[in-house]
Amino acid sequence: MTRRVRGAFAVVLAAWGCAVTLQAGLTAGADAPPVVAPVPDLAPARLAETGLYVDGQAGAIDARNQPFTPQYVLWTDGLEKQRWVYLPPGEAIDATDEHAWEFPVGTRFWKQFSRQGRPVETRFSWRTASGWVFASYMWNEDGTDARRADEAGVPGVIEVAPGRGHSIPSQTDCTACHGTERPSPLGFTALQLSSDRDPHAVHGEAVTPGMVTLDTLVAEGRLPGARADLLTRPPRIRASDPETRAVLGYLASNCGACHNGRGEIAAFGPTIREADLVVDGDAVARALVGQRTKWQIPGVPDGESVLVAPGDPDASAVLVRMRSRRPSSQMPPLGTVVRDEAAVDLVTRWIARGRVP
Amino acid sequence: MARHTLTTGLLALGFVAFSGALTWHGLNAAPAVDRPAVELDAAAVERGAYLVKTMGCHDCHTPWTMGPRGPEPDMSRALTGHPADFVMPPPPPLPPGPWLWLGAATNTAFAGPWGVSFTANLTPDKETGLGNWTAETFIAMLKTGRHEGKGRAVLPPMPVQVYAELTEEDMRAVFAYLQSLAPVHNRVPQPIDPPEAGQ
Repeated sequence: MTRRVRGAFAVVLAAWGCAVTLQAGLTAGADAPPVVAPVPDLAPARLAETGLYVDGQAGAIDARNQPFTPQYVLWTDGLEKQRWVYLPPGEAIDATDEHAWEFPVGTRFWKQFSRQGRPVETRFSWRTASGWVFASYMWNEDGTDARRADEAGVPGVIEVAPGRGHSIPSQTDCTACHGTERPSPLGFTALQLSSDRDPHAVHGEAVTPGMVTLDTLVAEGRLPGARADLLTRPPRIRASDPETRAVLGYLASNCGACHNGRGEIAAFGPTIREADLVVDGDAVARALVGQRTKWQIPGVPDGESVLVAPGDPDASAVLVRMRSRRPSSQMPPLGTVVRDEAAVDLVTRWIARGRVP
Repeated sequence: MARHTLTTGLLALGFVAFSGALTWHGLNAAPAVDRPAVELDAAAVERGAYLVKTMGCHDCHTPWTMGPRGPEPDMSRALTGHPADFVMPPPPPLPPGPWLWLGAATNTAFAGPWGVSFTANLTPDKETGLGNWTAETFIAMLKTGRHEGKGRAVLPPMPVQVYAELTEEDMRAVFAYLQSLAPVHNRVPQPIDPPEAGQ
């Protein structure tokens, strides 16, 4: 390469670098991994442009994006998951409401779904000045690149059971779980990151060194406004026995995003809120007992179906719908096409024992 | 799958056009207002009544009956959905060919590739209708195409993709009108999945 050619190349490279830096500065702060988002509040076209990786290419994760794992996980048909969070340097989470954290502008979350080591989908949540932006990225066959999926979603991108495919959710399905009035990320709460982890949590994952936890957030000064004894009395589902605690944790992460007493379906079904569970989980469990449900269990007399019938799993709508993966009856109604056998076993045992605390 | 979705969508649209053509009278005879469950805006109710009459809601949500002039909506059961006491037998299998779906004599139950769907009770009965819904629930249902805005998919032949194009103001007006009706207890059957639907 001649000196002249090298010089011209350097100028072009510098100009390109400036453009990327400008975009990064506009969208995420100068110290942030760059987000290449030419249209404000529209997620980038490629996952590699969301700032997840070191050099803008799928590969090494930027060290500023830290892994984490919630203690109660959402079932997604057994797909393997990895999660990362980026918190802007020097910015804090408003933790005044322990169960409704407010994240600083520039916060980003990624959740990657893989099957047998091959990435399938990565979901991206991005806090911008005007709110949360949600997007899903679909990986190519050889796992080298992921592009933003169509807003209508993509059905059946990979087979997770014979004849059953994992689907990438639509934009409206994103908001179905994350909310419309006050959207928020899921799985990154004081309870989910608590050091008092539930050893009986269904599909519980181990916390490994380098992961974000409640302790690391406090140590970094990220949680101003949190109560002073957050670490000495970390949040925990208050239940009188381990099985009830694990059941409630599962229901919180797999049902509570919708059934939380807020929004469009506030009047329907159970109310499972972390804020209630950490005060008196037993009371949340008792409220499920005998609560009538509009959805009718087949074979049960009209109007007599209830959420939980102690001692009678087959007469408990919660369990009947958890067992189902038929569109008209399954719960959750989206994001899964394969029954969570471990959770069904746990809830079956819990109901069959015939007593709720 | 995409072709299937398109086909069912076109069928739904075609059905609405067809059933709309059958609607010729009687649509002003909705049940009288007894006690609105919530404070309702009179102008919104009036606008909603107009929209419900003209958008074909009665075509499926009001059971049809055979009258002296042929099939007509039974306005004594306006917008109450598929009658709970009208138990449908399993749908007969269709022979191979272009016929894809079937409709009940009441025009309130439909069998097709989606299984069997029954039209909803739109009156504000708390147990069996929209009595516990809010305007936000109703709007979310129309916009997302999901039951109660978050649940299972709303099934054909409900042309929810058409109504999703309504302005939010019109959606609220329709809901206001529906909430102004007398509540009628009629527990519509749950949809039946197609045999291949799985677990």
